[in-house]
Amino acid sequence: MSNVLMDPTSELSSEHREPLPRPSSLEGLTVGLLDISKARGDVFIDRIEDLMVQRGISTRRYKKPTFTRIAPVELTQQIATECDVVVESLAD
Amino acid sequence: MDNYVLVVKEDCATCRLVVPVINQLSGLFHLKIYSQDNPNFPLNEDVVDDSELKESWSLNIETVPTIIRYDGQSETGRTFGWDKEAWESLTGVSLATDFPDFRPGCGSRTVDPGMPEKLAVKFDRDKLQSRRIATAAEEDDIEACFDRDWSDGLPLVPPTELRVMRMLSGTNRDLREVIGAVPPDYGECTVEKIAVNAVMAGCKPEYLPVVISSVEAALQDEFCMHGLLATTYFSGPMILVNGPISRAIGMNSKGNALGQGNRANATIGRALQLVIRNVGGGKPGGVDRAVFGNPGKYSYCFAEDETNSCWESLAVEKGFSSDQSTVTLFAADGMQGIVDQKSREPDSLARSFAAGLRVASHPKMILAADAFLVVSPEHERVFRDAGWSKQQLKDRLGELLMIPGTELIAGAGGIAEGIPEKFADSTMPKFREGGLNIIRAGGSAGLFSAIIAGWGASGKMGSVPVTREILVSSQA
Repeated sequence: MSNVLMDPTSELSSEHREPLPRPSSLEGLTVGLLDISKARGDVFIDRIEDLMVQRGISTRRYKKPTFTRIAPVELTQQIATECDVVVESLAD
Repeated sequence: MDNYVLVVKEDCATCRLVVPVINQLSGLFHLKIYSQDNPNFPLNEDVVDDSELKESWSLNIETVPTIIRYDGQSETGRTFGWDKEAWESLTGVSLATDFPDFRPGCGSRTVDPGMPEKLAVKFDRDKLQSRRIATAAEEDDIEACFDRDWSDGLPLVPPTELRVMRMLSGTNRDLREVIGAVPPDYGECTVEKIAVNAVMAGCKPEYLPVVISSVEAALQDEFCMHGLLATTYFSGPMILVNGPISRAIGMNSKGNALGQGNRANATIGRALQLVIRNVGGGKPGGVDRAVFGNPGKYSYCFAEDETNSCWESLAVEKGFSSDQSTVTLFAADGMQGIVDQKSREPDSLARSFAAGLRVASHPKMILAADAFLVVSPEHERVFRDAGWSKQQLKDRLGELLMIPGTELIAGAGGIAEGIPEKFADSTMPKFREGGLNIIRAGGSAGLFSAIIAGWGASGKMGSVPVTREILVSSQA
């Protein structure tokens, strides 16, 4: 059931949650490429990786055991520890 | 032309008793009757169903029956319960009764437990100004508070309208009153915003006056809250509560006073920190640049133990009476213990205290941080038995904390830190004038005391402890 809460802040920012700020450049960052194990997702991820490597961007590959469940905690912790940015493929 | 309003409920024996009087009066003039439960009581006609309590709420009815006289739209008098003389005086009618002349009334349904805040939300919700945030159906409310970055790291009580209304029952200050602008964003802080954050901190409504006064004190210019927030130093605001309210709301001034386990201590200090975080926007990693911080930045609040103390309290020293309640805000670091289990003479114990105070911040650092010396009852007894006043102890500590420049200069003792060489021939005090405060708190067993050193920037160039009276308003 949804609930109504009262804003405890001075209301200087939007009431909507902002996504984390996006980096203006990938230079010097490590990009995680997460294949969620859905059919042909790897094709998309492979191509992204090619393009990034051509630009000298450091990448790391990860794979969920199955697209039917959320990523295991160990995997999300590993990605968060090893990468600055992650690209997740939802291709089908 | 007078007209009358009567509020009753059938569930009340006094209301049932006075039905013959109601019948007599309703034949004489226009009597508008509101029934809080059965709309067919006390008559079968001309009774307005007020089971939703809208009229009872707006008329501020606390007891039934209540009869109110109006001249046009203006109320000119009211009486409640059954008091024959008062009813006759109000109505100008000689009442024929065959029952006792006096019976107390019953509680109005508007004051049933939990009802006032429900009715406040139902009928007065527009008085609340804060933006409403609707959580998604799938969201857990406590997680929603974390996700919106409102939390100090611990779970918050979700600030619903009902909880905020209930919190505001703890004060009769106007909920739109602006208490100040909270750094670093200088967001406008109303009584309502303090109440929202006090809900999240877990306060009871009766703590709200202490929280409001703490915010007021923290926002005084001489407290320097902006600098205290922004500093790389260890400090954060500490709240010391003096006076009757500390006992009335059950604050801990005794065993574990600086520790966990007391709701008032834990949540009042937390509420102040949440106001700084949410209304002011002051967050670690943002404007809060502390290298370490200290655990007191979750909550740092306790009461002075004034009962049977041989010394005047800090508030009395500051010019308040022992009947007044106050908060004192101090820019405080963590706590450093002093163990002395052998001194039975006051001078010996004063020397132990001085040795502990000497090292605050750094043994060579002088005229920088203020300090609070928290003396336990067993240590206080040593001074009591010898007849030492608090001022005597302060004077003695002042003498003991005059330090030869040769010990303070850079390089002395093989330590590069220190004051310039030119002060080698001087003798310097550890604390600025008035910078050392002494209070009494702690458990009854244990020959320990505690030093709470302060921010390295004290006095006019930094933060000065600020004491404010707590305005404990009578319930509306």
